[in-house]
Amino acid sequence: MGIKRRKAEETIFKILMVMACLIVGSSLFLIVGTIVVKGVPYLTWDMVSKAPQGGFYIGKEGGVLNAIIGSLYVAGGATVLGLLISIPISIYLNIYLKGGSLLSKSAKLAYDVLFGIPSIVYGAFAFSIMIWLGVRASLLGGVIAVTLLIIPILVRTLDEVIATVPRELKHAALSLGATRWETARVILRQIKPGIYTAVLLSFGRGIGDVAAVLFTAGFSDNIPIYIDEPAATLPLAIFFQLSSPIPEVQGRAYASALILTLIILVIVIVSHILATKHKHKL
Amino acid sequence: MLILSISSVSFVFLIGIGLYLRTAPLFEEHTLLSLFRGSNWAPSKNQFGFYPFIMGTLSVTLIAIVVALPLCLLTAIYLTEYAKPGIRKVMLPLMNILAGIPPVIYGVWGIFFVVPIVREYIAPQFMEYSSGYTVLTGGVVLAVMIFPILVSIVSEVLSTIPKELKDASLSLGATKWETIKKVVVKRALPGIVAAMVLAVSRAFGETIAVLMVCGNVPVAPTSVFDGGYPLPALIANNFGEMMSIPLYDSALMFAALLLFVIIFLFNLISRIILNRIEHKYSS
Repeated sequence: MGIKRRKAEETIFKILMVMACLIVGSSLFLIVGTIVVKGVPYLTWDMVSKAPQGGFYIGKEGGVLNAIIGSLYVAGGATVLGLLISIPISIYLNIYLKGGSLLSKSAKLAYDVLFGIPSIVYGAFAFSIMIWLGVRASLLGGVIAVTLLIIPILVRTLDEVIATVPRELKHAALSLGATRWETARVILRQIKPGIYTAVLLSFGRGIGDVAAVLFTAGFSDNIPIYIDEPAATLPLAIFFQLSSPIPEVQGRAYASALILTLIILVIVIVSHILATKHKHKL
Repeated sequence: MLILSISSVSFVFLIGIGLYLRTAPLFEEHTLLSLFRGSNWAPSKNQFGFYPFIMGTLSVTLIAIVVALPLCLLTAIYLTEYAKPGIRKVMLPLMNILAGIPPVIYGVWGIFFVVPIVREYIAPQFMEYSSGYTVLTGGVVLAVMIFPILVSIVSEVLSTIPKELKDASLSLGATKWETIKKVVVKRALPGIVAAMVLAVSRAFGETIAVLMVCGNVPVAPTSVFDGGYPLPALIANNFGEMMSIPLYDSALMFAALLLFVIIFLFNLISRIILNRIEHKYSS
């Protein structure tokens, strides 16, 4: 092949690459753009400040406050519960165990695999546990399912963050006579911003997921007060409203989608800022 | 803490066992083969054919990967080899945000953006009428959903290729593109395959976004403009009513078990490959 043809091939592929990059990069703007264009006309103060009133599903008064609160409860509860479980795990795996031990290796692999398990499987599994325990669809059920879903995210993120802490810090603490538990506290203080990032990530995942809460949290027009009450969640509210034939109700689905997107964007952007700040410090 | 860590490892198996136990009643009356090959889905008549749903899942997944893989490969190569650091600094966070967008939002976008395009512009080229709710639509929505995984993992894998290798190829007179084609991509192939398998398993299990745009017709699709009914959508759509019909819940749990087993294997294999790559270059 002559050099000209070889150069031409490179140019063609360069153009293709730039195009691919543009398509992939613009997809986010397409999605957010579509949601904003569709949602803004229907976004009213009532949407975020009121629970569904009588006749809401035939287009009368009300909003999706019940679903917003429900989602915050489910995602918040799951994040707190998930942290209580995953912080000890990641401390144990990284500080107590040696890096190459079989348990730490297999645990890390297990979390990588669990991370890939789809939320519908977690939902189905949590639902079977609930039947077994005799728990009906409720806030508690939703929290259980979402906790299972986000533990792998939390452990993996914490793991990555702990890995950024210089090894000397651990060694210095240990050599000064600190116990491993005290060393863990030193390291935890170091990775505080990283913990915030992990929290935001899993909270965002929890608030946006439908398949896990579909059978476990149920749905209700009331704002949940007790943990054994069924609770509406925002993604599910979008899904239900969208399948309605009434235009006003569909419009509310667009507005609810916009609300959810805004919540997620705020979460992702804040966590990104935190993550870069953390990186700069190290 | 030891107990927590050990139980977390065994949790993977616990899910499998739990789902299997709930599926077991189904196996007493049906053989595995008849479940896979049967194409009639009539729970009230004790007919549980999973063939249409398996085909539905396979077709949306295949379309998604066919659409996403070339785009993401080119993007990842561009980002790691050609692009200025500034572009990389913009694109990778964009991918993170895209990964954070909830599935239901992808579904809404699919309904308002992809469905009309398929209905008005693409399908009329090939047939008279299509509702737009097709496996093609589902595949395109899924493709966008797996962009972030593919781009970020492939970029990571490509950046582990040693500079010496590229320099050697360049100094022998190869153009940059030839070096990428024959050295970088070749060397990164196991990682690219692993990323692809991860993306496939993500597409496999995606529920709500696909359910919203796929049409949910319980017949195996014969063209990309047919509706389809993937396994996760089957579970999600029928969970409410399953309690009244015998074996219905076992059948849905079987669907969940099937997803779990396939995705478990896919993830395990690709993670092992990726870990090995990471180790090779970190030590």
